[in-house]
Amino acid sequence: MIRARGLTKRYGPTLAVDNLDFEVLPGRVTGFLGPNGAGKSTTMRMILGLDAPTAGSVTIDGRPYAEHQRPLFDVGAMLEARAIHPGRSAYNHLFALAQSNGIGRKRVDEVLDVVGLSSVAHKRAGGFSLGMGQRLGLAAALLGDPGVLILDEPVNGLDPEGIVWIRNLMRSLASEGRAVFVSSHLLTEMALTADHLIVVGRGRLIAESSVDEFIERSSRNYVRVRAPQLHKLGQLLTSEGAAITMEDDGALAVTGAGEAAIGDLAAEYGITLHELSPQNASLEEAYIELTQGSVDFHGADTASHPTLTTQVA
Amino acid sequence: MTDTTTVLPSLTRPDSARRIAPDVIRSEWTKFRSVHSSYWTLLVAAVAMVGLSAILCAIYVGRYASLSAVDKATFNPTSFSLNGILLAQLAVGVLGVLIITAEYSTGMIRATLAAVPQRRTVLAAKGAVFAAATAVVGIVSSFGAFFVGQSILSSKHIQAHFSDPGVLRAVFGGGLYLAVLGLLALGIGVLIRHSAGAIAAVFGLLFVLPGIVLALPSSWGISKFLPSNAGSAIFHTVPDQSSLSPWVGFGLFCAYAAVALIAAGFVFQRRDA
Repeated sequence: MIRARGLTKRYGPTLAVDNLDFEVLPGRVTGFLGPNGAGKSTTMRMILGLDAPTAGSVTIDGRPYAEHQRPLFDVGAMLEARAIHPGRSAYNHLFALAQSNGIGRKRVDEVLDVVGLSSVAHKRAGGFSLGMGQRLGLAAALLGDPGVLILDEPVNGLDPEGIVWIRNLMRSLASEGRAVFVSSHLLTEMALTADHLIVVGRGRLIAESSVDEFIERSSRNYVRVRAPQLHKLGQLLTSEGAAITMEDDGALAVTGAGEAAIGDLAAEYGITLHELSPQNASLEEAYIELTQGSVDFHGADTASHPTLTTQVA
Repeated sequence: MTDTTTVLPSLTRPDSARRIAPDVIRSEWTKFRSVHSSYWTLLVAAVAMVGLSAILCAIYVGRYASLSAVDKATFNPTSFSLNGILLAQLAVGVLGVLIITAEYSTGMIRATLAAVPQRRTVLAAKGAVFAAATAVVGIVSSFGAFFVGQSILSSKHIQAHFSDPGVLRAVFGGGLYLAVLGLLALGIGVLIRHSAGAIAAVFGLLFVLPGIVLALPSSWGISKFLPSNAGSAIFHTVPDQSSLSPWVGFGLFCAYAAVALIAAGFVFQRRDA
């Protein structure tokens, strides 16, 4: 189990990680979600004892990383793909890491087999594609049969087949009772892989919840209504406790009242409805909305209102 | 590359009483022997030592008849056959830097330190493996250079023998000099982290600085305390008045390397990887 308490990292004037508290529990995939530059990689490096926190602490199974002897048995990490000497073979890369923790050759063959690199094991890693580099990184993470896996953007640069493969692998590793901590800047990817989400923006914790809960809570669900007597309907809805906002095209956006209640209310007062449609913000929009203001590098603002997709209820 | 839903075979952890240092040394040895640059660089060093000895001694023998009596009298056959060290040390200095800076430039350092968070153990193991490999290659090449050189010089009966004073120390010391120089380069590599900058620093310290100091008044007497001048006293059989005695000089050279490695260990332990 990973536990961060008040974890903070400052680079000069920049707070890369700002007072993070979270836990990564065994038996599930925990997604570490946030836009690029939100502090995910820095946090992972601090977990692994590579970078020292400016303040706060992070432990794995109750101890800071530096206090682990032969840590590959406790924690497997894949930070950046292709962090390999290009002249060294995949086999020797893994064998050197294995030896440092007292792990034998047999294990190297086993993990190479699991990630499907056995046939290129003795080729120089410099010639590997990004996807093969990711597989090699994963093989290194699996060397010590660890209870905790830390994977930084593992699907980056993978082809669709590779993405499905790594997704299944993460799910099966979690189902074996391991804690799988995986970062991504793609909510859609995390929605498919993770059970639990830790969402960060600008180094700060934005949300920690189950994936379903996160989507439920952060989606902007509302009902779109158009009617000739819009003003009257708006007053009635407000008096019933719903909140209304005017859309650009003159329709009402109603929250706090379902489409059935709105329809009943309109019928009761004899108001004709021209449109009554429930709207769900897509996952990606919910995420953008949540991390807005925490995205470090905004693209040009092309639309002031996010376009919402319509789902027929 | 089929769709895998893996259950990894289980693995037993080594006894917690087992020391990690031997495992880390094995790991560093695997890293060292599994890249071509290690072999090439040490091969260059060995060829430079033996080859240069053969070439220089052959030239000397060819010119022997035309040399003055003074030249012949001051000729030092042992030191002459070890001139290849001057070239070999470039290769060893570069390799000492690269074994750590290549880890930084590739990102491998993070995998290394995630596997072994005991950072000083990592640095010590790296140094031990590299120094051992360099010492073996250096000593063997030094003996090779000596034998090849003396066998060529023997045609004029001007060769040195192992029984001559200081010869064994000089030939053995030539190899040791390379190993210690490699460690000094490793220390500088850790401190600077970038290949080009670290190589420039090593070359500046060892080879450029002595040239600059030569421009200073010789009465200051700084020159003999510079790392390369102090260290090379060990492979000169006839100490001249301007240099330190062989073991004092070599001791000082070791001290320079120790300072670089201790500083490196201190920085390596605390710096973000």
